[in-house]
Amino acid sequence: MGELVTVRLTVNGTPREGRCEPRKLLVDFLREDLGLTGTHVGCEHGICGACTVLLDGQAARSCLMLAVQAEGSEIVTVEGLARNGQLHPLQEAFREHHGLQCGFCTPGMLMTILDFLRVNPDPTEAEIREGISAVLCRCTGYQGIVNAVKAAAPVLRQRGA
Amino acid sequence: MKPPRFAYHAPATVEEAVALLARYGGEAKVLAGGQSLMPLLNFRLTRPAALIDLNRIPALAGIREHDGQVRLGAMTRQRAVEFSPVVARALPLLREATRWVGHLPIRTRGTIGGSIAHADPSAEYPAVLAALEGEVVARSPRGERVVPWHALFRTYLTTSLAPDELLTEVRLPAMPAGAGFAFEEFARRHGDFAIVGIAAMVVRDGPRCRKARLAASGAGPVPVRLRGAEEILEREGLGPDAIQAAARRAAELVQPDSDIHASADYRRHLAAVLTARAVRRAAGVQAGS
Repeated sequence: MGELVTVRLTVNGTPREGRCEPRKLLVDFLREDLGLTGTHVGCEHGICGACTVLLDGQAARSCLMLAVQAEGSEIVTVEGLARNGQLHPLQEAFREHHGLQCGFCTPGMLMTILDFLRVNPDPTEAEIREGISAVLCRCTGYQGIVNAVKAAAPVLRQRGA
Repeated sequence: MKPPRFAYHAPATVEEAVALLARYGGEAKVLAGGQSLMPLLNFRLTRPAALIDLNRIPALAGIREHDGQVRLGAMTRQRAVEFSPVVARALPLLREATRWVGHLPIRTRGTIGGSIAHADPSAEYPAVLAALEGEVVARSPRGERVVPWHALFRTYLTTSLAPDELLTEVRLPAMPAGAGFAFEEFARRHGDFAIVGIAAMVVRDGPRCRKARLAASGAGPVPVRLRGAEEILEREGLGPDAIQAAARRAAELVQPDSDIHASADYRRHLAAVLTARAVRRAAGVQAGS
């Protein structure tokens, strides 16, 4: 093993720290070093979007970043969405509208859509489809996901207001 | 897969970054947004001795206007370009092109300098640089030089920058007030690499075309400036016949290769179709009018 570096960052509001090689990907650091396996590893080259997390509030691929680059940043993963046993409204919408099939893409979908709805709080269906094209659903269950986003958008708008 | 081992450096200044580049003599890779380099590392298609990470150099990011130019620091995120009021006002073509760059989560990290230095001929930014006749600033231990777009791109994924030169800034002339613009692209799915893209700027003077600027991506080993097609528009105006003639000329000017995504013939066909669409939209004329 090569030289280790210390990485300190905030994950889901909690300060966390770990030691890893500089070549360690952020997604592997989250899963292996911090035990947060909700973020999934898919293609490892930025195409599938399963590893998408919020990095300082913006969606980003955690397979295309080194853990050491996240030093000092604030990360939100799918584990950070539910509060006090209550699912996030977007998660509720996924459950309600059958946006979940095998669940592999779900964490990346949720984080991508949260950022998308922040940038575009009242999207058209075409804009939703373009927005979620950043994540691949291998079940091809897109229609349920589109329906979930449509349902969640007004709820999140109200919450934000 | 996972990245191979490398020495990791995160300098805080451009001077340090340039000194590191010189020290490794071509064996180091510069890490900007990582949206192209990280996949190459994950697949072990590249095995650099060291990575020089520019993400801790705040001076490299930012957008400012200077002397009729918009100057974008190399580490300015594509997302920052997309939402910049300066870009929206002075470089609306760049803004439109940015929306074709990957997806929003890719643009969160991806940078304008990284995209241009990577020199993927199917990428959007190199085509915009060619259409608007931009330039880049390169720093090395020997000092700074300005490289115009036509002296930058050599072939696929290759620029004229020396191994110890760092691209620090992208400079684009502000578009003339009232200029029309369009970025047309065809890809199999939104966010995929372009099969062909066309960047267009048109300055109208009634029915006449005072200035036309056209460049193609995905149509050869480097972005292709379509000067011959521009001249047809500047000479013959923006009527349907002139636009069709310019589109045919565009298909002759590109030199695409066949690959797994599309044949050379299909790319030529797309160059014509997208040139016509881009010019019509930039000129504000309806198809068939």
